[in-house]
Amino acid sequence: MPLKRLICFLTVGALIAGPAFPALAKEITLLNVSYDPTRELYQEFNAAFAKHWQVKTGEKVTIRQSHGGSSKQARAVIDGLEADVVTLALAYDIDAIAEKAKLLPKNWQARLPHSSAPYTSTIAFLVRKGNPKGIKDWDDLVKPGVSVITPNPKTSGSARWNYLGAWGYALLKSGRDEAKARGFVTQLYKNVPVLDSGARGATTTFVERGIGDVLINWENEILLGGKELGKDKFDIVVPPTSILAEPTVSLVDKVVDKRGTRAVAQAYLEYLYSPEGQEIAAKHYYRPVDRKTAAKYAAQFPKVKLFTLGEIVGDWQKTNKVHFADGGVFDQIYQPGR
Amino acid sequence: MALSLKQRSVLPGFGLTMGFTLLYLSLIVLIPLSATFLKTATMSWGQFWSTVTEPRALASYRLSFGASLIGAAINMVFGMLAAWVLVRYSFPGKRVVDAMVDLPFALPTAVAGITLTAVFARSGWIGSYLEPLGIKVAFTPLGVVVALTFIGLPFVVRTVQPVLQDLDAEIEEAAASLGASRWQTVTRVILPALLPALLTGFALAFARAVGEYGSVIFISGNMPMRTEITPLLIVTKLEQYDYAGATAIGVVMLVMSFALLFIINLLQWWSRRRYA
Repeated sequence: MPLKRLICFLTVGALIAGPAFPALAKEITLLNVSYDPTRELYQEFNAAFAKHWQVKTGEKVTIRQSHGGSSKQARAVIDGLEADVVTLALAYDIDAIAEKAKLLPKNWQARLPHSSAPYTSTIAFLVRKGNPKGIKDWDDLVKPGVSVITPNPKTSGSARWNYLGAWGYALLKSGRDEAKARGFVTQLYKNVPVLDSGARGATTTFVERGIGDVLINWENEILLGGKELGKDKFDIVVPPTSILAEPTVSLVDKVVDKRGTRAVAQAYLEYLYSPEGQEIAAKHYYRPVDRKTAAKYAAQFPKVKLFTLGEIVGDWQKTNKVHFADGGVFDQIYQPGR
Repeated sequence: MALSLKQRSVLPGFGLTMGFTLLYLSLIVLIPLSATFLKTATMSWGQFWSTVTEPRALASYRLSFGASLIGAAINMVFGMLAAWVLVRYSFPGKRVVDAMVDLPFALPTAVAGITLTAVFARSGWIGSYLEPLGIKVAFTPLGVVVALTFIGLPFVVRTVQPVLQDLDAEIEEAAASLGASRWQTVTRVILPALLPALLTGFALAFARAVGEYGSVIFISGNMPMRTEITPLLIVTKLEQYDYAGATAIGVVMLVMSFALLFIINLLQWWSRRRYA
C-alpha cells in the first residue's frame, strides 16, 4: 500500500520536524523595505545592528532588505508586503502607506528626531571629464545645447528631489516669483532627452550609453559613483545652493504588532541615530544629522547652502498636488500649446 | 441540455472537461479582468472619461496601437518570407536559423530592450551609422516600432510555418503547368491558403506588442506626448497611487485590443469561407 506508507512517512516526518520549527521561530527577523541607493548602507548597518542587539539582549536578529524605486516599494507595502520598517526616499511615500493602507498613524514623522530623517543628502551633478560644457550651477542646466539626464519625477523619488532642487533654486533666486520658477523648470526639462523611470536607469543612460552632458542625482550616489566609476571619466559638480533631501524612516505599526517585533524594530531605527549608525551613514556619503559625526566627516561633503522643502513649497501633500499630480506643474511642461 | 450533449457525443467526459475549462478560464482570465473593471467602477463616468481622454493618454494610445500595428504588419511580410525560406529551401545552418526565430520569445524583454538600445543609441553599432544620415532610432517613436517588431517576429513565423509545410509543392507545380505565371502562383494560389494563418500571426504579434512593457521603456525615452506608451502611463499612474486611474486606462486598452482582435478574427473567418 504505497499510499498508506506515504501517509505514515509524512506523519513521522511531521513529528520529527514539528518541534524544530518553534526553535527556528525564536530567531527574530526584520524586513527593511528601502529604496535603491541604500543597499550598501544597510548591508553594513544591519550587520552592525545585529551585533549590537546580540550584545545588548542576547537575541539573534536577522535583517532582510528589499530595494527598488521608492514609490514602488511603498506600493508593495500597501499591497501587503510585511515590512517591519520602511526607510524610503521621501516622506510622501510613507505618508501614502499611512493614508492608503492605514498601517501606521498619520503623525509617524513626529515619532523620531529630525522629522524621522536620520541622515540627509542633497542633489548634485555628474558631468563628463573636464566639464566641457562648463556646468557649475543650476543656471547652466537650462542653457541651449546642454543635455540633462534626470528620471521622471512621476515615477522616481530621487527625480522629485531633482525637480524640487531646480524649482527651489529658481524660486529663491527670483525672489519667490513662481512664474519665473515655472519657466526655469520648463526650460530645464526641454533639455532632457530621456526620462527614465528610476534613478538607476538614468545613471545607466548617462554612464553606460554616454547620453547627456550632465546627470542630476543624489549627492551620495554621485560621491560614491565618482569613486567607483573612476575619476578619469567623470567630474563631480556640487552647485553652491541645493535642496536638503530628507529620506525618512518609520516603523510599520500594524506589521510589528502582528509579528511581535516592535521592540527590536524600534531599536533598529533608533540605532540609526546612535554614533555608530551615524558613522556608517557618513561612510556611505549620507550627511549625518548628529553634529559630532557631521563635524568629523565635514571634509567629505562639499559646502552647500541648503534650502528645505518647507521653504519653497510646503509639505509633501501640497508639493505633490501642485507639482506632480496629474495636471500639475510638471504635466504642464509637456502639454502642447498651453 | 448538458445531459443530452453528453449522451450524443462519442467522446466521454464532456461535463468534466467543460467544467474544468470554465473554472480554469474564470480563475486565470475572468476574475483578474473583472477586478480591473470593478476597480475602475470606483470612478464616476465624468472622472473616467476625463482620465482616459486627457491629451497624454490619447497620445499614448496613438503610439501604442500605431506602433503595434506597424510592427505586426512588418512582421507579417518579413515573417512570411522567413517562414517560406525555412520551409521551402534547404541550406546549411537551416536549423540554427530556425532556432534563432524563437529567441525573441525566450529572451527576457528587459534584456531585449537594453540590447536594442545599446545597438541603436547614438554611440551604438548601428546607431552610430544611422545618426549621420539623420535617422534617430533610440528614444524616438521609430525605436518603439523596432522593439515591437523584434518581440513579434516569432508569432508570424511560427503560425505560418506549419500551414506552409502542409501546402504541397505539387500545388504550385500544378498551377505552373496550368499556365499560371510565378506571380499568379503566389498571389492566387499560395497567399489565399496562407491568409488565415497570416492573420492569426498578425493578431498574435499585435496583441503581444500592445501589452509589451519591458523592452520598450528602455528604447523609447519615455517622453510624455511623444514616446510614452500606454502601459508606461499605467505604471506611472500606479506609482502615484492612482489605482483607479491606472485601471481605467487598462480598461480602455482592454476594450480597444478586444475590438481589434475581434475584427481580425472576423477577417480570418471571412477569408477562410472565401477560399476554403
